[in-house]
Amino acid sequence: MEIIRDQKIVQDSWRHIEDGDPVPESGDVTVSLIRFGAERSDLDARSGRDGVRVGPDEEIDTIIADLGKLPLIAVTFPKFTDGRGYSTARLLRGRHGYTGELRATGQIFRDQLFYLHRVGFDAFEMAPGKSLSDALEGFSDFSVTYQSSSR
Amino acid sequence: MYKYNANDQQIVEERAKQFRGQVERRLQGSVLEDEFKPLRLQNGLYMQLHAYMLRVAVPYGLLSSEQLRRLGHIARTYDRGYAHFTTRQNVQYNWPELADVPKILDELAAVQMHAIQTSGNCIRNTTADHLAGVARDEIEDPRPYCELIRQWSTFHPEFVFLPRKFKIAMTGAPAHDRAAIRFHDIGVRIVDNDRGQRGFEVWVGGGLGRTPHIAKVCRGFVEYEHLLSYIEAILRVYNRRGRRDNKYKARIKILVNELGIDAFRALVDAEWEEIKDSTLKLERSAIEQIVAQFAPPTYETLVDENLAKLILGKDRELASFVRNNLRPHKAPGYIAVIVSLKPVGRPPGDVSDTQLDAIADIADTYSNGRVVVTHGQNLVLPEVRQKDLAALHKALGEWDLATPNIGQLTDSICCPGLDFCNLANARSIPVAMEIAERFDRVDFLEDLGEISLKISGCINACGHHHVGNIGILGIDKLGVEAYQLLLGGSPGNDASIGEIIGRAFGASEIVNAVQTVLDVYLAQRSSADERFVGTYRRIGKTPFKDALYGDN
Repeated sequence: MEIIRDQKIVQDSWRHIEDGDPVPESGDVTVSLIRFGAERSDLDARSGRDGVRVGPDEEIDTIIADLGKLPLIAVTFPKFTDGRGYSTARLLRGRHGYTGELRATGQIFRDQLFYLHRVGFDAFEMAPGKSLSDALEGFSDFSVTYQSSSR
Repeated sequence: MYKYNANDQQIVEERAKQFRGQVERRLQGSVLEDEFKPLRLQNGLYMQLHAYMLRVAVPYGLLSSEQLRRLGHIARTYDRGYAHFTTRQNVQYNWPELADVPKILDELAAVQMHAIQTSGNCIRNTTADHLAGVARDEIEDPRPYCELIRQWSTFHPEFVFLPRKFKIAMTGAPAHDRAAIRFHDIGVRIVDNDRGQRGFEVWVGGGLGRTPHIAKVCRGFVEYEHLLSYIEAILRVYNRRGRRDNKYKARIKILVNELGIDAFRALVDAEWEEIKDSTLKLERSAIEQIVAQFAPPTYETLVDENLAKLILGKDRELASFVRNNLRPHKAPGYIAVIVSLKPVGRPPGDVSDTQLDAIADIADTYSNGRVVVTHGQNLVLPEVRQKDLAALHKALGEWDLATPNIGQLTDSICCPGLDFCNLANARSIPVAMEIAERFDRVDFLEDLGEISLKISGCINACGHHHVGNIGILGIDKLGVEAYQLLLGGSPGNDASIGEIIGRAFGASEIVNAVQTVLDVYLAQRSSADERFVGTYRRIGKTPFKDALYGDN
């Protein structure tokens, strides 16, 4: 599928594996935070890369030690009006120094991108049916800002 | 007054442009109403009963005459010739067309104004003491710090989708809180600590609505350089932990109450420890640059006039005006004048386009071109020479702006109610107007003295009925408008929440009930100097209850 990464539309091959569904032997996948903790050895035995999904109400304490190795953290936004993921991103980037891909998934619309980008997200899976090229314009809504953030 | 720099200006212009695009995408259909709603709300645009309502921000209530004229122009051009000042020092238009709103934002941007974050679940306009900068009891003008908070909170990327709205108020007069800081999500009081240092006492978790709470002190003293980091720590704790399962339990007051203030404070302190020395730390030079913009005008060397002469003079209307509508000014020979927007026969807080123009002219002539919106829905002319009072009174009178009722029963606070608002259960403006008509006798109001009447058309409490000495709450009783009566509320240093006295009254009974309450007060007060709230606290609710409902 197509996503936005580093403010460009790109093809993406990561698969989000739901809890209860089998994890394929190869290919890049994300699993839930709980599964990431519980099935670590099985995941390590695979040939593909492993990322983790973090829900709005989940604490990131359990993955702090893994941040240096994690290639992708997907913060989910089941409802776009639930802003907890913005704080999660700032803590990951600012406090814990995470430098891998930080992706926003779920109800992601153009008008959130400016804020999501500033708190540290660099990849975006847009909500179904939304134009990605239209969404790219969301990054440049404002050319000056007041506060310091992740950027 | 704060003057926008190039960045400030660019932000409000880009906001107007962004909103124009959002409206276009909504009208084309590529943005659905559910997606548009939070966007328009963060720009102060509500869908009301009959039309959209646009709320314009007036940071800490301060307006220039140029801005007032522009507000009048907008009322004339895009609305029905009037505007409405709110209890959060903002201004509202009740009838704009959606397609015109981007143009209105352009008009506002041209005079350094905006509608950013005047609604929605984000950090709202920071309010301040309406006598900030001129009050005699003030230790420091809070508005430079309010401006810092305005800038920090504007499009703060982390806090655009909070559990619920978030309101901050500040006062620089620690002994006399006119900004109701104890009823805000965060209230800030400028204080001196016991080592003689200046800083901030930060209160948290106050609010009205369905579950009124008086705020608690979160930290007794925050050094000036840590103001923003401390507030950011509170916001981060709230954003992550505030309840999102029930919108009626989503305000920070519920979180503070459920955790307890000590546990809440521990979370804030842990967060603050991590960020207090980050880029949020304020440099004294940065503060001083903003403070300089709020520097008082150069005052003429004057002496205080003998105002008693005016009170005892032949002009009885001027006498009432001088007795009720003036507040002390720190500069000799000057006075702050409160312009009542509560004449009999008009909804509280409403002004016409021509009155806005007239107030602008009057401010230019008599008040250094400055006006301040009060949270009591009136306007202050903050820089008036006492020797100009008679001329000013005459000029205001020509525009029906000289009603001498500040602090009196008819100076009521009132939400828009069922006449405009789709949340309301009952009308509130007609009740306020009926009470104003019933008690419109100067001698009676003078004798009654300082008393506050606050009316809300529903439990959301936009009319602040919980903190009225007399509060009226409109409810829906089996499909019929009814009104509950609360007594004993106060928003200031002696903060208290009013008590419900008994069963609700019908629309035809509520004004008589207010009359009964006033009769009990007048009969029971220890002297003419004992204010209503003092009598209520001394004698309790029983005498009022007995008079209202009989002894049974």
